[in-house]
Amino acid sequence: MLSRKLNNSNVLGILFMLPSAILLLVFLTYPLGLGVWLGFTDTDLGSSGEWIGLDNYLYLIGDPVTQLALFNTIFYTTVASIVKFGLGLWLALLLNKNLPFKSLFRSIVLLPWIVPTALSALAFWWIYDAQFSIISWTLVKLGLIDEYINFLGDPWNARFSTIAANIWRGIPFVAITLLAGLQTISPALYEAASIDGVSPWQQFRYVTLPLLTPIIAVVMTFSVLFTFTDFQLIYVLTRGGPLNATHLMTTLSFQRAIPGGALGEGSALAIMMIPFLLGAIMFSYFGLQRQAWQRGGDK
Amino acid sequence: MTKQTRRDFLRSTAAVAAVSAWGIPGSAGAAGPTLEYKPEEGAELRVLRWRRFVQGEEDQWMANTKKFTEQTGVKVRVDHEGFENIRPKAAVAARVGSGPDVILGWYDDPHQYPEKLLDVSELGEYLGNKYGGWYDVCKKYGKNENKWIAIPLGAVGNALVYRESMIKAAGFDAIPEDTAGFLKLCQALKAKGTPAAFALGHAVLDGNAWVHWLLWSHGGMVSDPKGNVVLDSPETVAALEYSKQLYDTFLPGTLSWQDPSNNKVFFDGQIGLTNNGISVYYAAKLSKDPTIHAMATDIHHAHYPVGPVGKPTELPGITQMMAFKYTKYPNAAKAYIQFMMEADQYDPWMEASIGYVSQSLKAYEKNPIWTADPKHTVYRDSASRMLDNGYNGPLGAASAAVMADYVILDMFASAASGDMTPQEAAKQAAERAKRYYKS
Repeated sequence: MLSRKLNNSNVLGILFMLPSAILLLVFLTYPLGLGVWLGFTDTDLGSSGEWIGLDNYLYLIGDPVTQLALFNTIFYTTVASIVKFGLGLWLALLLNKNLPFKSLFRSIVLLPWIVPTALSALAFWWIYDAQFSIISWTLVKLGLIDEYINFLGDPWNARFSTIAANIWRGIPFVAITLLAGLQTISPALYEAASIDGVSPWQQFRYVTLPLLTPIIAVVMTFSVLFTFTDFQLIYVLTRGGPLNATHLMTTLSFQRAIPGGALGEGSALAIMMIPFLLGAIMFSYFGLQRQAWQRGGDK
Repeated sequence: MTKQTRRDFLRSTAAVAAVSAWGIPGSAGAAGPTLEYKPEEGAELRVLRWRRFVQGEEDQWMANTKKFTEQTGVKVRVDHEGFENIRPKAAVAARVGSGPDVILGWYDDPHQYPEKLLDVSELGEYLGNKYGGWYDVCKKYGKNENKWIAIPLGAVGNALVYRESMIKAAGFDAIPEDTAGFLKLCQALKAKGTPAAFALGHAVLDGNAWVHWLLWSHGGMVSDPKGNVVLDSPETVAALEYSKQLYDTFLPGTLSWQDPSNNKVFFDGQIGLTNNGISVYYAAKLSKDPTIHAMATDIHHAHYPVGPVGKPTELPGITQMMAFKYTKYPNAAKAYIQFMMEADQYDPWMEASIGYVSQSLKAYEKNPIWTADPKHTVYRDSASRMLDNGYNGPLGAASAAVMADYVILDMFASAASGDMTPQEAAKQAAERAKRYYKS
């Protein structure tokens, strides 16, 4: 009886999927579900809390610090993702050429990615220091500025400084993944294009870009997700300051839920990120990938 | 082994309850109340405490723990965590009912889950009677509705740290004792190119310490004794207006400063005045860099000036020992806390802390560490001059959250930097505080 059941492909399929399903339920669905539940309660660190419906969300929508954090997160993600994509693509195209010491350059490009985030954030903390910044020191010595730049002490300077640090850290991921995509494009296509006498721009526009689009979709999806949920860099560099100008939804959620003890409100803040993240994923997959298919991709 | 009951305790201490005067702390066998907890058979303890700020402090703590094990047979495992991780870990332990038996928490942590903690009233009363009484603020931190829920271990002092030569060059012999004079000093320091500077970024200890002093010194406060938010007040606005004038004298960049920033700049000789624990002085004293080492003779400490409110309004850190109800060994846990607070252990521990942690019990004021070097003495008075972080309201989740969410710090940063008017900053901060205090 048992052996007959085990020979049934449907039963076997369920059995094989069961470990993964349990893992997903325990480590993904349950925490997410708990987070959603907490967002509807006034739970704090010391008590279980009570159901308060949409109170957390209604408060957060009107809270100026949350509004600022949402603006910061969208601004941070948009600017950093666009610049990372532009520079990453440029680097990938460069590294795809037959350069001397190609392997060495590729290794160097990967360096920011392999350095632990907290460590690189500490390095940037020194680089941006109001009194000890190497950038300010150099510019002063060159006679280009008179006073040290207030990198992290002015709201807009701080926003751009943290974005620059994120870009530095995120470029390797984009560059190396796009490089892998470029390597899969057959050289014969470029040879044929050359015979037809197309310009380098036309080559890029009509050969490289369409074939790279599926990879771009995946890279940008992950890049946007990583940037939107960035935490360590901000936490080490500014803890959300000055004047909450660099608080992202993640850092504000942590600040209110853990040190602040308002688990319900912190969870609601985290849950508020989900629609934006889903939107980014939908755009990448259903927007960019469909374009690839329409242009005669491999599907 | 029998469990010590409240009745046993009262019986054992009744004869000496009237004894309130205490002689020299640390003299074993000195007259005073007695209390003895008999640890349970086979008891073992897990203790979670904050990672050291001063190496000697941790070494002496571990030595005292070893001594406790030798004397009682109770094995103790001590885990160390960064001070900011203690609160969430303690809260999780309280909620799930499992974890370390004793935790050394911060500020008003115990007031977030008072019903989860062992009643240590006997111990609190006993220690108070034996060691000259608790400072009022320590009593408020340790007690919840007339019941002791934690034993305040000590205050981590925050005082003004300054370079004597720079103060003198600015035309002052000492730090003025009032806020009006203090502003003049800061203006004079700026004119001499050796300004004052205080953190206005999200600096957990250094930032919160000085802005709370400033708020309270002008009579502002987050909450009244009933827990009503009274932050949006003329007193708060006066404090914010003062902070604008003070900020104008600061070294540029303080809006981004975190806890280590003022230490670095102070050692670099760029500022003449900031706030800190005694660690800056000791770092200079122990430095192998001759320039920094020489600085030690020029470094002095002073109390924060008294504002229009007419009394000291400082906010040092405070650390407390709490034992959880879920512990299998409540007597052992209480015995451990008691052992660490007794003079034979506490005195050498405080000395090893080189003044970084000051006493919560008045008798320990006599510890020689406070007079061995006159520069230590300011920190001796930390607990006697401090207010609690919920002042003048109750302690609990709301007071903890207001500080953790940088409500006061951001209010001062906004007003001082001109990002908001003092009135706007006070209003917005009050709205935020109401969110916490409503529950």
